[in-house]
Amino acid sequence: MSDTANSGLKQSFQLKSASVSLTALELYYFDEEEFETNLRDKISQAPGFFKDIPLIISLEKYEGLDSELDFFKIIGSCRRHSIHVIGVRAANDDQRRLARGASLALLPGGSHRDQAATAPAPAHDAPISEHTAEPIEPAVVPSEPAPAKVVNQTVRSGQQVYAPEGDLIILAPVQAGAEVLAAGNIHVYGPLRGRALAGIHGAESARVFCQSLEAELVSIAGHYKISEDLQENGWKSAVQIQLRDDLLVVTPLDKA
Amino acid sequence: MARIIVVTSGKGGVGKTTTSASISTGLAKRGHKTVVIDFDVGLRNLDLIMNCERRVVYDFVNVIQGEASLNQALIKDKRVETLFILPASQTREKEALTKEGVEKIINELSETFDYIVCDSPAGIEHGALMALYYADEAIVVTNPEVSSVRDSDRILGILQSKSRRAEMGQDPVKEHLLLTRYNPDRVERGEMLSVNDVEEILAIPLLGVIPESQVVLNASNQGLPVILEDQSDAGQAYDDAVARLLGEDREHRFMTAQKKGFFSRMFKGS
Repeated sequence: MSDTANSGLKQSFQLKSASVSLTALELYYFDEEEFETNLRDKISQAPGFFKDIPLIISLEKYEGLDSELDFFKIIGSCRRHSIHVIGVRAANDDQRRLARGASLALLPGGSHRDQAATAPAPAHDAPISEHTAEPIEPAVVPSEPAPAKVVNQTVRSGQQVYAPEGDLIILAPVQAGAEVLAAGNIHVYGPLRGRALAGIHGAESARVFCQSLEAELVSIAGHYKISEDLQENGWKSAVQIQLRDDLLVVTPLDKA
Repeated sequence: MARIIVVTSGKGGVGKTTTSASISTGLAKRGHKTVVIDFDVGLRNLDLIMNCERRVVYDFVNVIQGEASLNQALIKDKRVETLFILPASQTREKEALTKEGVEKIINELSETFDYIVCDSPAGIEHGALMALYYADEAIVVTNPEVSSVRDSDRILGILQSKSRRAEMGQDPVKEHLLLTRYNPDRVERGEMLSVNDVEEILAIPLLGVIPESQVVLNASNQGLPVILEDQSDAGQAYDDAVARLLGEDREHRFMTAQKKGFFSRMFKGS
Protein backbone atom coordinates (compact mmCIF):
# COMPACT_ATOMS: atom_id res chain seq x y z
CA MET A 1 0.00 0.00 0.00
CA SER A 2 2.70 2.50 0.95
CA ASP A 3 5.00 4.14 -1.49
CA THR A 4 8.51 2.81 -1.05
CA ALA A 5 9.89 3.76 -4.40
CA ASN A 6 12.48 6.25 -3.27
CA SER A 7 13.56 5.28 0.17
CA GLY A 8 13.93 2.01 1.85
CA LEU A 9 12.27 3.56 4.85
CA LYS A 10 8.63 2.66 5.17
CA GLN A 11 6.36 5.31 6.59
CA SER A 12 2.75 4.97 7.45
CA PHE A 13 2.00 8.42 6.11
CA GLN A 14 3.36 11.49 4.47
CA LEU A 15 2.55 15.09 5.23
CA LYS A 16 1.64 17.10 2.21
CA SER A 17 0.61 20.61 1.59
CA ALA A 18 -3.02 20.77 0.58
CA SER A 19 -5.12 23.71 -0.38
CA VAL A 20 -8.80 23.25 0.17
CA SER A 21 -11.65 25.59 -0.52
CA LEU A 22 -14.30 25.46 2.14
CA THR A 23 -17.28 27.29 3.48
CA ALA A 24 -16.89 29.87 6.21
CA LEU A 25 -19.68 30.95 8.48
CA GLU A 26 -19.22 34.60 9.25
CA LEU A 27 -20.65 35.06 12.70
CA TYR A 28 -21.92 38.48 13.79
CA TYR A 29 -23.33 37.49 17.17
CA PHE A 30 -24.48 34.28 18.73
CA ASP A 31 -27.88 33.37 19.98
CA GLU A 32 -28.53 29.67 20.01
CA GLU A 33 -32.16 29.79 18.87
CA GLU A 34 -31.60 32.35 16.17
CA PHE A 35 -28.55 30.52 14.99
CA GLU A 36 -30.48 27.29 14.70
CA THR A 37 -33.36 28.98 12.81
CA ASN A 38 -31.09 30.82 10.41
CA LEU A 39 -29.09 27.71 9.77
CA ARG A 40 -32.19 25.71 9.02
CA ASP A 41 -33.42 28.37 6.58
CA LYS A 42 -30.11 28.44 4.77
CA ILE A 43 -29.99 24.69 4.47
CA SER A 44 -33.53 24.41 3.21
CA GLN A 45 -32.45 26.42 0.16
CA ALA A 46 -30.10 23.66 -0.93
CA PRO A 47 -30.53 20.65 1.28
CA GLY A 48 -28.20 18.36 -0.66
CA PHE A 49 -25.38 20.81 -0.74
CA PHE A 50 -24.81 21.27 2.97
CA LYS A 51 -24.76 17.63 3.88
CA ASP A 52 -21.46 16.62 5.48
CA ILE A 53 -19.54 19.71 4.50
CA PRO A 54 -16.70 21.03 6.65
CA LEU A 55 -17.23 24.52 7.99
CA ILE A 56 -15.06 27.11 9.64
CA ILE A 57 -16.37 29.85 11.89
CA SER A 58 -15.02 33.23 10.92
CA LEU A 59 -14.95 35.71 13.79
CA GLU A 60 -13.68 38.66 11.83
CA LYS A 61 -16.97 40.49 12.13
CA TYR A 62 -18.06 39.10 15.45
CA GLU A 63 -19.60 41.85 17.52
CA GLY A 64 -21.10 39.92 20.41
CA LEU A 65 -19.55 39.26 23.79
CA ASP A 66 -16.92 36.58 23.99
CA SER A 67 -18.80 35.13 26.93
CA GLU A 68 -21.78 34.47 24.63
CA LEU A 69 -19.64 32.61 22.18
CA ASP A 70 -20.44 29.00 22.94
CA PHE A 71 -18.62 26.83 20.46
CA PHE A 72 -20.13 23.66 21.88
CA LYS A 73 -23.60 24.92 21.04
CA ILE A 74 -22.50 26.02 17.57
CA ILE A 75 -20.94 22.65 16.90
CA GLY A 76 -24.03 20.90 18.23
CA SER A 77 -26.38 22.92 16.02
CA CYS A 78 -24.27 22.30 12.95
CA ARG A 79 -23.89 18.63 13.75
CA ARG A 80 -27.66 18.24 13.87
CA HIS A 81 -27.69 19.42 10.26
CA SER A 82 -24.76 17.17 9.29
CA ILE A 83 -22.33 20.06 9.05
CA HIS A 84 -18.90 19.59 10.61
CA VAL A 85 -17.27 22.58 12.26
CA ILE A 86 -13.54 22.10 11.93
CA GLY A 87 -12.04 25.35 13.07
CA VAL A 88 -12.19 29.07 13.68
CA ARG A 89 -10.39 31.90 12.04
CA ALA A 90 -9.68 35.48 12.91
CA ALA A 91 -10.14 34.81 16.60
CA ASN A 92 -8.68 37.02 19.34
CA ASP A 93 -6.81 35.50 22.26
CA ASP A 94 -9.88 34.86 24.40
CA GLN A 95 -11.77 33.38 21.48
CA ARG A 96 -8.81 31.19 20.65
CA ARG A 97 -8.86 29.83 24.16
CA LEU A 98 -12.54 29.01 23.84
CA ALA A 99 -12.00 27.40 20.46
CA ARG A 100 -9.14 25.31 21.78
CA GLY A 101 -11.41 24.18 24.60
CA ALA A 102 -13.84 22.90 21.99
CA SER A 103 -11.05 21.10 20.11
CA LEU A 104 -11.37 23.34 17.08
CA ALA A 105 -8.46 24.10 14.78
CA LEU A 106 -7.14 27.68 14.74
CA LEU A 107 -6.75 29.17 11.31
CA PRO A 108 -5.04 32.39 10.34
CA GLY A 109 -7.21 35.48 10.47
CA GLY A 110 -9.39 37.02 7.79
CA SER A 111 -8.61 39.86 5.46
CA HIS A 112 -8.59 42.65 8.01
CA ARG A 113 -6.35 41.33 10.70
CA ASP A 114 -4.03 39.11 8.85
CA GLN A 115 -3.11 40.05 5.34
CA ALA A 116 -0.57 37.35 4.90
CA ALA A 117 -2.64 34.35 4.05
CA THR A 118 -5.98 35.40 2.67
CA ALA A 119 -7.69 35.75 -0.62
CA PRO A 120 -8.35 39.21 -2.02
CA ALA A 121 -12.04 38.64 -2.40
CA PRO A 122 -14.38 39.17 0.52
CA ALA A 123 -13.60 35.67 1.39
CA HIS A 124 -16.37 33.30 2.09
CA ASP A 125 -13.92 30.76 0.83
CA ALA A 126 -10.82 30.60 2.88
CA PRO A 127 -7.90 28.85 1.30
CA ILE A 128 -6.40 26.84 4.06
CA SER A 129 -3.35 24.73 4.28
CA GLU A 130 -2.94 21.72 6.43
CA HIS A 131 0.28 20.44 7.91
CA THR A 132 2.50 22.65 5.90
CA ALA A 133 6.13 21.86 5.91
CA GLU A 134 6.73 24.43 3.20
CA PRO A 135 5.64 28.02 3.50
CA ILE A 136 2.04 28.71 2.67
CA GLU A 137 1.60 29.54 -0.94
CA PRO A 138 0.11 32.95 -1.31
CA ALA A 139 -3.50 32.42 -2.18
CA VAL A 140 -3.43 35.30 -4.61
CA VAL A 141 -1.66 33.13 -7.14
CA PRO A 142 -4.45 31.92 -9.40
CA SER A 143 -4.68 28.19 -9.31
CA GLU A 144 -5.65 26.05 -12.28
CA PRO A 145 -9.29 26.86 -13.03
CA ALA A 146 -11.58 23.97 -12.25
CA PRO A 147 -13.03 22.40 -15.40
CA ALA A 148 -16.68 23.14 -16.08
CA LYS A 149 -19.18 20.35 -15.69
CA VAL A 150 -21.18 19.85 -18.88
CA VAL A 151 -24.58 18.18 -18.91
CA ASN A 152 -26.31 17.23 -22.17
CA GLN A 153 -29.48 15.72 -20.80
CA THR A 154 -32.63 17.41 -19.59
CA VAL A 155 -32.46 17.89 -15.83
CA ARG A 156 -35.83 16.51 -14.76
CA SER A 157 -38.00 17.30 -11.77
CA GLY A 158 -36.49 15.83 -8.63
CA GLN A 159 -33.00 15.59 -10.09
CA GLN A 160 -30.05 17.56 -8.82
CA VAL A 161 -26.87 18.44 -10.69
CA TYR A 162 -23.99 19.79 -8.69
CA ALA A 163 -20.67 21.22 -9.83
CA PRO A 164 -18.69 21.43 -6.57
CA GLU A 165 -15.99 23.47 -8.24
CA GLY A 166 -16.08 25.55 -11.37
CA ASP A 167 -18.93 26.24 -13.74
CA LEU A 168 -21.95 24.21 -14.70
CA ILE A 169 -23.05 24.17 -18.33
CA ILE A 170 -26.36 22.56 -19.22
CA LEU A 171 -27.25 22.06 -22.87
CA ALA A 172 -30.86 21.13 -22.19
CA PRO A 173 -33.82 22.35 -20.18
CA VAL A 174 -33.77 22.45 -16.40
CA GLN A 175 -37.30 21.41 -15.46
CA ALA A 176 -39.52 22.68 -12.69
CA GLY A 177 -38.65 20.81 -9.53
CA ALA A 178 -35.05 20.24 -10.60
CA GLU A 179 -32.07 21.87 -8.93
CA VAL A 180 -28.70 22.86 -10.39
CA LEU A 181 -25.84 24.07 -8.20
CA ALA A 182 -22.34 25.27 -8.97
CA ALA A 183 -19.41 26.87 -7.24
CA GLY A 184 -19.01 29.10 -10.28
CA ASN A 185 -21.36 30.25 -13.04
CA ILE A 186 -24.35 28.36 -14.34
CA HIS A 187 -25.20 28.36 -18.04
CA VAL A 188 -28.46 26.86 -19.20
CA TYR A 189 -28.86 26.60 -22.97
CA GLY A 190 -32.56 25.93 -22.72
CA PRO A 191 -35.34 27.11 -20.47
CA LEU A 192 -34.46 27.36 -16.78
CA ARG A 193 -37.62 26.23 -15.02
CA GLY A 194 -36.15 24.81 -11.83
CA ARG A 195 -33.82 26.23 -9.20
CA ALA A 196 -30.35 27.49 -10.03
CA LEU A 197 -27.81 28.24 -7.31
CA ALA A 198 -24.52 29.73 -8.50
CA GLY A 199 -21.56 30.66 -6.35
CA ILE A 200 -22.61 28.29 -3.62
CA HIS A 201 -19.26 28.64 -1.84
CA GLY A 202 -19.81 32.37 -1.72
CA ALA A 203 -18.34 33.54 -5.02
CA GLU A 204 -20.25 36.79 -5.44
CA SER A 205 -18.97 37.26 -8.97
CA ALA A 206 -20.77 34.12 -10.16
CA ARG A 207 -23.59 34.57 -12.64
CA VAL A 208 -26.49 32.61 -14.03
CA PHE A 209 -27.17 32.62 -17.77
CA CYS A 210 -30.19 31.07 -19.38
CA GLN A 211 -32.09 31.10 -22.65
CA SER A 212 -35.46 31.47 -21.04
CA LEU A 213 -35.92 32.58 -17.46
CA GLU A 214 -38.79 30.59 -15.97
CA ALA A 215 -37.02 29.69 -12.75
CA GLU A 216 -38.49 28.77 -9.39
CA LEU A 217 -35.50 30.30 -7.68
CA VAL A 218 -32.18 31.85 -8.65
CA SER A 219 -29.44 32.29 -6.09
CA ILE A 220 -25.97 33.76 -6.27
CA ALA A 221 -23.68 33.41 -3.27
CA GLY A 222 -26.67 32.90 -1.03
CA HIS A 223 -28.62 35.92 -2.27
CA TYR A 224 -31.72 34.67 -3.93
CA LYS A 225 -34.92 35.62 -5.70
CA ILE A 226 -37.95 33.43 -6.03
CA SER A 227 -40.14 33.03 -9.09
CA GLU A 228 -42.60 35.66 -7.89
CA ASP A 229 -39.90 38.33 -7.75
CA LEU A 230 -38.41 37.34 -11.09
CA GLN A 231 -41.57 37.86 -13.13
CA GLU A 232 -41.26 41.58 -13.79
CA ASN A 233 -37.91 41.50 -15.51
CA GLY A 234 -36.83 39.33 -18.41
CA TRP A 235 -39.29 36.56 -17.66
CA LYS A 236 -39.35 33.90 -20.37
CA SER A 237 -36.49 35.53 -22.23
CA ALA A 238 -32.75 35.10 -22.50
CA VAL A 239 -31.08 36.78 -19.54
CA GLN A 240 -28.12 36.85 -17.27
CA ILE A 241 -28.41 37.30 -13.54
CA GLN A 242 -25.66 38.76 -11.44
CA LEU A 243 -25.12 40.16 -7.99
CA ARG A 244 -24.72 43.90 -7.59
CA ASP A 245 -24.61 45.48 -4.13
CA ASP A 246 -26.15 42.38 -2.60
CA LEU A 247 -29.04 42.48 -5.07
CA LEU A 248 -29.75 40.12 -7.92
CA VAL A 249 -29.92 42.02 -11.19
CA VAL A 250 -31.50 40.52 -14.28
CA THR A 251 -30.36 41.82 -17.65
CA PRO A 252 -31.49 40.67 -21.08
CA LEU A 253 -28.68 38.93 -22.91
CA ASP A 254 -29.07 40.98 -26.07
CA LYS A 255 -28.44 44.15 -24.07
CA ALA A 256 -25.62 42.80 -21.99
CA MET B 1 -36.59 -11.78 -26.40
CA ALA B 2 -39.70 -9.89 -25.45
CA ARG B 3 -39.85 -6.13 -25.46
CA ILE B 4 -40.75 -4.83 -22.04
CA ILE B 5 -42.96 -1.76 -22.02
CA VAL B 6 -43.89 0.06 -18.84
CA VAL B 7 -46.98 2.26 -18.73
CA THR B 8 -46.29 4.87 -16.10
CA SER B 9 -47.09 8.45 -15.10
CA GLY B 10 -46.18 9.37 -11.54
CA LYS B 11 -49.61 10.88 -11.04
CA GLY B 12 -52.64 8.76 -10.32
CA GLY B 13 -55.88 8.70 -12.26
CA VAL B 14 -54.46 9.79 -15.59
CA GLY B 15 -55.31 6.58 -17.43
CA LYS B 16 -52.42 4.17 -16.94
CA THR B 17 -54.56 1.07 -16.55
CA THR B 18 -56.89 2.07 -19.40
CA THR B 19 -53.81 2.57 -21.54
CA SER B 20 -52.16 -0.70 -20.45
CA ALA B 21 -55.34 -2.58 -21.33
CA SER B 22 -55.72 -0.97 -24.73
CA ILE B 23 -52.07 -1.05 -25.76
CA SER B 24 -51.68 -4.71 -24.79
CA THR B 25 -54.94 -5.61 -26.53
CA GLY B 26 -53.82 -3.67 -29.61
CA LEU B 27 -50.47 -5.44 -29.73
CA ALA B 28 -52.12 -8.82 -29.30
CA LYS B 29 -54.73 -8.05 -31.96
CA ARG B 30 -51.92 -7.57 -34.42
CA GLY B 31 -50.78 -11.10 -33.71
CA HIS B 32 -48.04 -10.40 -31.18
CA LYS B 33 -48.09 -12.67 -28.16
CA THR B 34 -48.57 -10.21 -25.34
CA VAL B 35 -48.85 -10.35 -21.56
CA VAL B 36 -49.96 -7.44 -19.41
CA ILE B 37 -48.84 -7.42 -15.79
CA ASP B 38 -50.64 -5.46 -13.08
CA PHE B 39 -47.96 -4.05 -10.74
CA ASP B 40 -50.50 -2.25 -8.58
CA VAL B 41 -50.34 -4.70 -5.71
CA GLY B 42 -53.04 -3.93 -3.17
CA LEU B 43 -55.11 -1.81 -5.54
CA ARG B 44 -55.62 -4.09 -8.47
CA ASN B 45 -57.78 -2.75 -11.28
CA LEU B 46 -56.51 -4.17 -14.49
CA ASP B 47 -58.55 -7.35 -14.12
CA LEU B 48 -61.72 -5.24 -13.95
CA ILE B 49 -60.91 -3.34 -17.11
CA MET B 50 -59.95 -6.57 -18.87
CA ASN B 51 -63.11 -8.19 -17.57
CA CYS B 52 -61.37 -11.18 -16.04
CA GLU B 53 -61.85 -10.40 -12.35
CA ARG B 54 -63.96 -13.52 -11.84
CA ARG B 55 -61.23 -15.73 -13.19
CA VAL B 56 -58.40 -14.67 -10.89
CA VAL B 57 -57.13 -17.64 -8.90
CA TYR B 58 -53.44 -16.95 -8.41
CA ASP B 59 -51.66 -13.65 -8.81
CA PHE B 60 -48.29 -12.03 -9.44
CA VAL B 61 -47.21 -12.22 -5.78
CA ASN B 62 -48.18 -15.90 -5.54
CA VAL B 63 -45.85 -16.60 -8.45
CA ILE B 64 -43.02 -14.52 -6.98
CA GLN B 65 -43.31 -16.37 -3.70
CA GLY B 66 -43.43 -19.74 -5.41
CA GLU B 67 -46.97 -20.56 -4.37
CA ALA B 68 -48.12 -20.96 -7.95
CA SER B 69 -46.57 -21.42 -11.36
CA LEU B 70 -46.76 -18.76 -14.03
CA ASN B 71 -49.08 -20.89 -16.10
CA GLN B 72 -51.47 -21.21 -13.20
CA ALA B 73 -51.56 -17.46 -12.68
CA LEU B 74 -51.75 -16.26 -16.29
CA ILE B 75 -55.28 -15.57 -17.47
CA LYS B 76 -56.03 -15.99 -21.13
CA ASP B 77 -58.11 -13.20 -22.60
CA LYS B 78 -61.44 -14.31 -24.03
CA ARG B 79 -61.54 -11.78 -26.86
CA VAL B 80 -58.01 -11.75 -28.22
CA GLU B 81 -56.26 -15.06 -28.74
CA THR B 82 -52.68 -13.99 -28.05
CA LEU B 83 -53.33 -11.88 -24.95
CA PHE B 84 -52.65 -12.91 -21.36
CA ILE B 85 -53.13 -11.10 -18.07
CA LEU B 86 -51.07 -11.50 -14.92
CA PRO B 87 -53.19 -9.94 -12.19
CA ALA B 88 -51.93 -8.19 -9.07
CA SER B 89 -52.59 -9.37 -5.58
CA GLN B 90 -55.25 -7.44 -3.76
CA THR B 91 -54.29 -8.61 -0.29
CA ARG B 92 -50.52 -8.22 -0.21
CA GLU B 93 -48.27 -5.21 0.12
CA LYS B 94 -46.15 -3.71 -2.63
CA GLU B 95 -43.00 -4.79 -0.80
CA ALA B 96 -43.86 -8.35 -1.79
CA LEU B 97 -42.46 -7.43 -5.21
CA THR B 98 -38.74 -8.05 -4.95
CA LYS B 99 -36.28 -7.14 -7.67
CA GLU B 100 -35.14 -10.76 -7.95
CA GLY B 101 -38.68 -12.11 -7.95
CA VAL B 102 -39.83 -9.71 -10.67
CA GLU B 103 -36.73 -10.43 -12.73
CA LYS B 104 -37.32 -14.17 -12.56
CA ILE B 105 -40.88 -13.79 -13.82
CA ILE B 106 -39.99 -11.33 -16.54
CA ASN B 107 -37.20 -13.60 -17.74
CA GLU B 108 -39.56 -16.54 -17.82
CA LEU B 109 -42.20 -14.55 -19.72
CA SER B 110 -39.56 -13.23 -22.10
CA GLU B 111 -39.00 -16.73 -23.40
CA THR B 112 -42.49 -17.12 -24.81
CA PHE B 113 -43.95 -13.64 -25.24
CA ASP B 114 -43.24 -10.89 -27.77
CA TYR B 115 -44.39 -8.04 -25.57
CA ILE B 116 -44.59 -7.61 -21.82
CA VAL B 117 -46.67 -4.60 -20.79
CA CYS B 118 -46.19 -3.49 -17.19
CA ASP B 119 -49.04 -1.48 -15.72
CA SER B 120 -47.38 0.70 -13.08
CA PRO B 121 -49.04 1.93 -9.90
CA ALA B 122 -49.11 5.69 -9.32
CA GLY B 123 -46.38 7.36 -7.32
CA ILE B 124 -42.64 6.95 -7.34
CA GLU B 125 -42.41 4.38 -4.60
CA HIS B 126 -41.39 0.76 -4.62
CA GLY B 127 -44.23 -0.58 -6.78
CA ALA B 128 -43.66 2.01 -9.49
CA LEU B 129 -39.90 1.47 -9.37
CA MET B 130 -40.34 -2.27 -9.78
CA ALA B 131 -42.69 -1.75 -12.73
CA LEU B 132 -40.22 0.42 -14.61
CA TYR B 133 -36.96 -1.24 -13.57
CA TYR B 134 -36.77 -3.82 -16.35
CA ALA B 135 -38.37 -1.69 -19.06
CA ASP B 136 -37.00 -1.29 -22.57
CA GLU B 137 -39.61 1.31 -23.45
CA ALA B 138 -41.83 3.57 -21.41
CA ILE B 139 -45.20 5.02 -22.26
CA VAL B 140 -45.57 8.08 -20.08
CA VAL B 141 -49.27 8.78 -19.70
CA THR B 142 -49.93 12.47 -19.14
CA ASN B 143 -53.05 14.61 -18.82
CA PRO B 144 -52.88 18.10 -20.26
CA GLU B 145 -52.55 19.88 -16.94
CA VAL B 146 -49.54 21.17 -15.01
CA SER B 147 -49.41 18.77 -12.09
CA SER B 148 -49.59 15.74 -14.35
CA VAL B 149 -46.85 17.18 -16.56
CA ARG B 150 -44.66 17.83 -13.53
CA ASP B 151 -45.11 14.27 -12.31
CA SER B 152 -44.36 12.88 -15.75
CA ASP B 153 -41.16 14.86 -15.77
CA ARG B 154 -40.27 13.34 -12.42
CA ILE B 155 -40.90 9.81 -13.65
CA LEU B 156 -38.80 10.50 -16.76
CA GLY B 157 -35.94 11.49 -14.47
CA ILE B 158 -36.37 8.24 -12.58
CA LEU B 159 -36.40 6.22 -15.82
CA GLN B 160 -33.09 7.86 -16.68
CA SER B 161 -31.48 7.13 -13.35
CA LYS B 162 -33.09 4.14 -11.68
CA SER B 163 -34.03 1.73 -14.45
CA ARG B 164 -31.92 -1.33 -15.12
CA ARG B 165 -30.81 0.16 -18.43
CA ALA B 166 -29.57 3.26 -16.60
CA GLU B 167 -27.86 1.27 -13.87
CA MET B 168 -26.14 -1.01 -16.36
CA GLY B 169 -25.12 1.89 -18.58
CA GLN B 170 -27.03 0.48 -21.56
CA ASP B 171 -29.01 2.49 -24.10
CA PRO B 172 -31.59 4.55 -22.26
CA VAL B 173 -35.21 3.47 -21.95
CA LYS B 174 -37.09 4.61 -25.06
CA GLU B 175 -39.63 7.20 -23.98
CA HIS B 176 -43.07 7.84 -25.47
CA LEU B 177 -45.51 10.53 -24.51
CA LEU B 178 -49.17 9.58 -24.51
CA LEU B 179 -51.50 12.47 -23.85
CA THR B 180 -54.84 11.30 -22.50
CA ARG B 181 -58.12 13.04 -21.64
CA TYR B 182 -57.38 15.61 -24.31
CA ASN B 183 -60.18 18.04 -24.96
CA PRO B 184 -59.48 20.38 -27.90
CA ASP B 185 -62.41 22.64 -27.01
CA ARG B 186 -61.03 23.27 -23.55
CA VAL B 187 -57.57 23.79 -25.00
CA GLU B 188 -58.99 26.48 -27.26
CA ARG B 189 -60.61 28.14 -24.29
CA GLY B 190 -57.26 28.09 -22.50
CA GLU B 191 -58.46 25.73 -19.79
CA MET B 192 -56.05 22.97 -20.72
CA LEU B 193 -52.46 22.75 -21.88
CA SER B 194 -52.13 22.10 -25.60
CA VAL B 195 -50.25 19.20 -27.15
CA ASN B 196 -47.50 21.63 -28.09
CA ASP B 197 -47.22 22.95 -24.54
CA VAL B 198 -46.79 19.48 -23.11
CA GLU B 199 -44.40 18.36 -25.84
CA GLU B 200 -42.36 21.49 -25.32
CA ILE B 201 -42.06 20.95 -21.58
CA LEU B 202 -41.40 17.23 -21.56
CA ALA B 203 -39.37 17.10 -24.76
CA ILE B 204 -40.04 13.46 -25.62
CA PRO B 205 -41.62 12.02 -28.78
CA LEU B 206 -45.40 11.99 -28.95
CA LEU B 207 -46.92 8.52 -29.28
CA GLY B 208 -50.51 9.64 -29.39
CA VAL B 209 -53.28 11.87 -28.16
CA ILE B 210 -56.36 10.19 -26.71
CA PRO B 211 -59.38 12.47 -26.72
CA GLU B 212 -61.46 12.85 -23.59
CA SER B 213 -64.53 10.72 -24.18
CA GLN B 214 -67.49 9.17 -22.47
CA VAL B 215 -66.71 6.01 -24.45
CA VAL B 216 -63.56 5.45 -22.36
CA LEU B 217 -65.54 5.48 -19.14
CA ASN B 218 -68.30 3.27 -20.50
CA ALA B 219 -65.85 0.77 -21.90
CA SER B 220 -63.94 0.60 -18.61
CA ASN B 221 -67.15 0.03 -16.68
CA GLN B 222 -68.07 -2.82 -19.00
CA GLY B 223 -64.63 -4.39 -18.73
CA LEU B 224 -63.76 -3.67 -22.33
CA PRO B 225 -60.42 -2.25 -23.42
CA VAL B 226 -61.48 0.90 -25.26
CA ILE B 227 -59.32 0.04 -28.27
CA LEU B 228 -61.94 -2.60 -29.13
CA GLU B 229 -64.54 0.17 -29.53
CA ASP B 230 -63.19 0.70 -33.00
CA GLN B 231 -65.91 3.12 -34.06
CA SER B 232 -65.01 5.57 -31.31
CA ASP B 233 -62.40 8.31 -31.57
CA ALA B 234 -60.66 7.14 -28.38
CA GLY B 235 -60.50 3.57 -29.68
CA GLN B 236 -59.05 4.72 -32.98
CA ALA B 237 -56.58 6.98 -31.22
CA TYR B 238 -55.31 4.00 -29.23
CA ASP B 239 -55.07 1.97 -32.42
CA ASP B 240 -52.95 4.73 -33.96
CA ALA B 241 -50.74 4.74 -30.87
CA VAL B 242 -50.17 0.98 -31.11
CA ALA B 243 -49.33 1.33 -34.80
CA ARG B 244 -46.79 4.05 -34.02
CA LEU B 245 -45.35 1.95 -31.21
CA LEU B 246 -44.69 -0.73 -33.83
CA GLY B 247 -42.93 1.76 -36.06
CA GLU B 248 -45.76 2.72 -38.38
CA ASP B 249 -46.00 6.34 -39.41
CA ARG B 250 -49.48 7.66 -38.74
CA GLU B 251 -50.67 11.20 -38.66
CA HIS B 252 -51.94 12.51 -35.32
CA ARG B 253 -55.70 12.93 -35.10
CA PHE B 254 -58.30 14.28 -32.71
CA MET B 255 -56.16 17.23 -31.76
CA THR B 256 -58.33 20.08 -33.01
CA ALA B 257 -61.77 21.15 -31.97
CA GLN B 258 -64.62 19.95 -34.19
CA LYS B 259 -66.22 22.79 -36.08
CA LYS B 260 -69.81 22.84 -34.97
CA GLY B 261 -71.97 21.96 -37.94
CA PHE B 262 -75.35 23.39 -38.73
CA PHE B 263 -77.24 20.58 -37.05
CA SER B 264 -75.29 20.49 -33.84
CA ARG B 265 -75.74 24.23 -33.55
CA MET B 266 -79.46 23.82 -34.13
CA PHE B 267 -79.76 21.16 -31.47
CA LYS B 268 -77.31 22.70 -29.05
CA GLY B 269 -79.77 22.57 -26.22
CA SER B 270 -80.55 18.89 -26.43
